[in-house]
Amino acid sequence: MSEIKIENISKKFEDTDAVSNLSFTIKDGEFVVLLGPTGAGKTTTLRLIAGLEEPDEGKIFINNEDVTASPPAQRDVAFVFQQYSLYPNFTVYNNLAFPLKSPLRSLSKEQIDEIVRDIAKTLHIEDKLKNKATHLSGGEMQRVAIGRALVREPNIFLMDEPLSSLDAKLREELRLELKNIQVQLGATLLYVTHDHIEATTMADRIGVLKEGELIQIDPPEKIYNDPNSVYVATRLGSPKINVVPSKLLQMNLPAQVEYVAFRPENVSLDPEGTVDARIETRQNLGVEEIVTVNCMGEIVRAVIKPGSLARSGDNMKIAVKKRNMLFFDNESQRVYL
Amino acid sequence: MAEIVIEDLKKEFGDFVAVTNSNLTIRDGDFFVLLGPSGCGKTTTLRMIAGLEFPTYGKIFLDAEDVTFLRASERDIAFVFQMFALYPHMNVEKNIGFPLKTQGVKKSEISKSVLEVAKLLHLDKVLKSNVSALSGGDKQRVALGRAIIRRPKAFLMDEPLGSLDAEFRELMCFELKKMHNDINATTVYVTHDQNEAMAMGDRIGIMDKGVMLQADDPLTIYNKPRAKFVGSFIGSPAMNFIDIHSFVKKGSSAVKIDGSQLAIPECHEDSHIDFNYLGIRPENINIVDSGDISGSVYGVEYLGANKIITVDTEFGRIKARVPSSVHSKIGDNVGLEFDSNSIIIFNGDDEMAIKSQLMN
Repeated sequence: MSEIKIENISKKFEDTDAVSNLSFTIKDGEFVVLLGPTGAGKTTTLRLIAGLEEPDEGKIFINNEDVTASPPAQRDVAFVFQQYSLYPNFTVYNNLAFPLKSPLRSLSKEQIDEIVRDIAKTLHIEDKLKNKATHLSGGEMQRVAIGRALVREPNIFLMDEPLSSLDAKLREELRLELKNIQVQLGATLLYVTHDHIEATTMADRIGVLKEGELIQIDPPEKIYNDPNSVYVATRLGSPKINVVPSKLLQMNLPAQVEYVAFRPENVSLDPEGTVDARIETRQNLGVEEIVTVNCMGEIVRAVIKPGSLARSGDNMKIAVKKRNMLFFDNESQRVYL
Repeated sequence: MAEIVIEDLKKEFGDFVAVTNSNLTIRDGDFFVLLGPSGCGKTTTLRMIAGLEFPTYGKIFLDAEDVTFLRASERDIAFVFQMFALYPHMNVEKNIGFPLKTQGVKKSEISKSVLEVAKLLHLDKVLKSNVSALSGGDKQRVALGRAIIRRPKAFLMDEPLGSLDAEFRELMCFELKKMHNDINATTVYVTHDQNEAMAMGDRIGIMDKGVMLQADDPLTIYNKPRAKFVGSFIGSPAMNFIDIHSFVKKGSSAVKIDGSQLAIPECHEDSHIDFNYLGIRPENINIVDSGDISGSVYGVEYLGANKIITVDTEFGRIKARVPSSVHSKIGDNVGLEFDSNSIIIFNGDDEMAIKSQLMN
């Protein structure tokens, strides 16, 4: 059982608010992803929970115990960094065994051996145990780093963009594995990234951060379909959601609606459509096709089935169903109709 | 105006065969992408078209003229490298006009051509600026302008966007394609990035281990890969492959897996040996209660408009792309239903597709 609770945490570095008034709870066995661009306060939040930074204000609880003033060692958290931090002169086996050799754990050699081999199997590195840590590929090194966190069975895993230095194929493979392991072990995990695909594919809940503030925290489906602001709406999805001035759609909308947003997969090229459009480019990705159209100066992206006959320069109309539209006011906040 | 034809091209570096047995026609005005992993021979092929390497065997024709052993300067083509290099002490106008100046073109004509090119690339407002003061995107446009101004028969580009970050690359992709549509010059573009290839190519040539495996339009490459490698290299996630431990006969329209018969498009030839691969794209698999084969869910990846569901089966790990409304969780037992019309059988020995109703 491990539950992490953060209450009204703030942290300043000189004049910059790295994190302002942050509150959220990570439930036992939950995978929470903090998503945001560089400088949004993601890493600072992790470091505050780990005890590597002290908050100016607010409290941190681990299993209902106030740990705000406790040193890192007493919090029993495991940190996995972007850059693999392994002992280069140790073998993979000894890298994995090292955290278990602590006298506080009083484990026998046989017990350690069993745990290490178990984890190595889960991470598909059982045939690398005798290798030196430096004689591994990038993906294998990061597996060992994750493995070294796993053997400790900590209260919570804190991961700071652990996959971002790997190539695309490997990243895809490892995020699938990491999620599977987390579910199997029932581990509690806080993961920060700027990659929206990592967020939606692994998270039970995504917290969207902007300049140190938590804008929305919800399951991926809700963040994608029901964002509370233009900022959150534009964090997820590729190609990006369309955000256009409301008057472009020539609909009867309340005066406070300034912007209308809709996902590219909800735009259809339709001769019976309501908005005039000229096709600018078409990108065929095989499984789908991305068409960009120009609607009176606004660029709108549509994702359609490949094989349509429309050509660049053609005049067209587009249609979007009202139930697929999101409405926002002049502050870019959501308006519910 | 240029058509490029490559005949039986082969290039050896000592014992190493970089390119072998490659045949290809690049049509006039095509944006042709050479795609493959590093070391597949795509850059060597491009350098032979440019005249920077001479082939060990085979011929290259530019507009029906045999240019196989002409030097680069004797072929009317422009080469754009991965790093766009500009003359830092010249302004935009002088950088773009430089190739004409070295050819001894009259000043008045140079400025007329420069203005024309600058308008095309939206650089007409910064002509007098120093190139070091420009944004990254504008610098790339200046380099392109310098290549365009000679009006060469063809452009050859070697990963020109490789060093850019993702967002900027997307933008330049868009601009390059737009420029190509405007001037319609034959372009051969080398990349290892499948998305770039699919997004930009009129036609794509896929190479592996020095061999040109398939050259077709993007949709055909995607839906009808002629080689197992093409199916696995294009698409994210890649095509799924299942081992078939039996002979596939001409005229058969089913294969045996898991003790039951699975419908496939009618085969128009025999397989080579009694071991073959069945290939199917993730979006052509449905998750059902009980289907063609069954397994346990290893991963569920939500992507907004759809989900990738990874299922461990006795035939290996299989990925399905399904609508977001499908609900499965890790550990669930599910069935997989295949869209039999889109199945391709690949020979077990040379890994090339067997001719069928789909693969005609």
